[in-house]
Amino acid sequence: MLELQNVSYEIDGKTILKDINLKIDDHFVAVTGPNGSGKSTLAKIIAGILQPTSGKIFLDGEDITELSITDRANKGISYAFQQPVRFKGLTVKDLMRLSAGKETPYSTLCEMLNEVGLQSKNYINRSLDASLSGGELKRIEIAMIFARSSKLSLFDEPEAGIDLWSFQKLIGIFEKMVEQTKGNVIIISHQERILNIADKIIYLKDGTIAQYDVREKILPQLLDSITAD
Amino acid sequence: MDPIQKKILHEVADLDALPVGAYNIRANGKSAARNSTANIEIVTKEDKSGIDIIIKPNTVNESVHIPVIISETGLTELVYNDFYIGENSDVVIIAGCGIHNCGNGDSAHNGIHTFYVGKNAKVKYVEKHYGEGEGRGKRLMNPTTVIHLEDGAKMEMQASQIAGIDDTLRNTKAYLGNDAKLEINESVMTTGVQNAVSEFTADLNGENCSCNIVSRTVAKDSSTQHFTSRLNGNNVCSGHTECDSIIMDKASVLATPELQANSTEASLIHEAAIGKIAGEQLIKLMTLGLTEKQAEEQIISGFLK
Repeated sequence: MLELQNVSYEIDGKTILKDINLKIDDHFVAVTGPNGSGKSTLAKIIAGILQPTSGKIFLDGEDITELSITDRANKGISYAFQQPVRFKGLTVKDLMRLSAGKETPYSTLCEMLNEVGLQSKNYINRSLDASLSGGELKRIEIAMIFARSSKLSLFDEPEAGIDLWSFQKLIGIFEKMVEQTKGNVIIISHQERILNIADKIIYLKDGTIAQYDVREKILPQLLDSITAD
Repeated sequence: MDPIQKKILHEVADLDALPVGAYNIRANGKSAARNSTANIEIVTKEDKSGIDIIIKPNTVNESVHIPVIISETGLTELVYNDFYIGENSDVVIIAGCGIHNCGNGDSAHNGIHTFYVGKNAKVKYVEKHYGEGEGRGKRLMNPTTVIHLEDGAKMEMQASQIAGIDDTLRNTKAYLGNDAKLEINESVMTTGVQNAVSEFTADLNGENCSCNIVSRTVAKDSSTQHFTSRLNGNNVCSGHTECDSIIMDKASVLATPELQANSTEASLIHEAAIGKIAGEQLIKLMTLGLTEKQAEEQIISGFLK
């Protein structure tokens, strides 16, 4: 379970997140809200990439506020970037192996790539460089998180750039992840189809939690407000 | 061969025993072992130090190993190795030089390798340079490679110098005939106060010949590197050269790609990029559980692979 207590984040005199109090113990939690509402900042604070200006973060009751990115990763936090990073020289296989662990058989790595809609034989030995499209990188990023199989997986707009790939398959992966890890999946998304599978939805606005409740309560209101706009 | 020499042989040629096929192992200025085969003859030069490697036409799927080991401090040598590769051959040549210097004198290997690659022949040439030893004496390596590709000949060269060479001047010159193809991949890492200079020149003389020269380097500590790559397009040809460097600490890297087209049909491209490891690359690997140092090592080893 993840808990944030009075978490704020300011930079250059500007408040990005303000006094966030949050407990996440459901399997699927979607985070949505307008651009600039602080969604990605929240994910980076949980992963340890950004340090909160004030407040505390707990994972399964342990205070992880001061822990590094590496320590948090080893405690079971995974983070899929909104814009995946390219590496000259490192291959898909290298990254998958770092994610899944050295002992993971080659065939398992291939299966995981197939799972995200990439034919493993065409991708496993390719370098993660400019020769791969944004959509391909995005799927590899998802496969890496799938391979890590950690108790808390954060996805920052996983659906962006993968429009040709069926949503059902993406959702299937999230479900498999929860089934395997019995953990939590937090997905930042604007997509109704992703919000539709969430147990709970967090609606962020201007750096604060405007709403946080079960999907059945929040989703109709959100859809109404979008229609009204 | 003593244990130090055996270790160096492993580093530069991945050899733990005598290789299959033709070979010449040179240790401390002398031939330590040699084998010729029915198709590949290795002969000692009579006018100067070095060997001739003569490969008969149509020799396919054969290999030649010619590693050089120096474990004696203060030894400096100049060696000429000439390769005559017969028409339609398809061979692999593995060279490499390792210096173990635990004394105070400088040890140096200056190797001049000249390749005469016959019509439609194909060569893969792997060259690995390595240095070690605690002595104050320097480990110096100055390889010169001259490549003559006849019509339709193809050569792929992989050169690497990852550790332990204090000072190096790597000079590679190539002359390409009609439909000839040259592919060079170089990887270099310098540390401490090491200095590496790498100069490539390719004369694209033949019709429809092509070359691709890619150098990847990492400069750490206070080391210095200078990479020059010059392509001369003299016919209907295509050439690409790329220098990509990761710079760290107080190192200095100079990249000077040069293109000269002497024909309107020459298509030449150069790319050069120097930069530190991107912060987001480190962060990504740290989110997979690696420490910052492990992430850095992973990025460098992938880059130089």
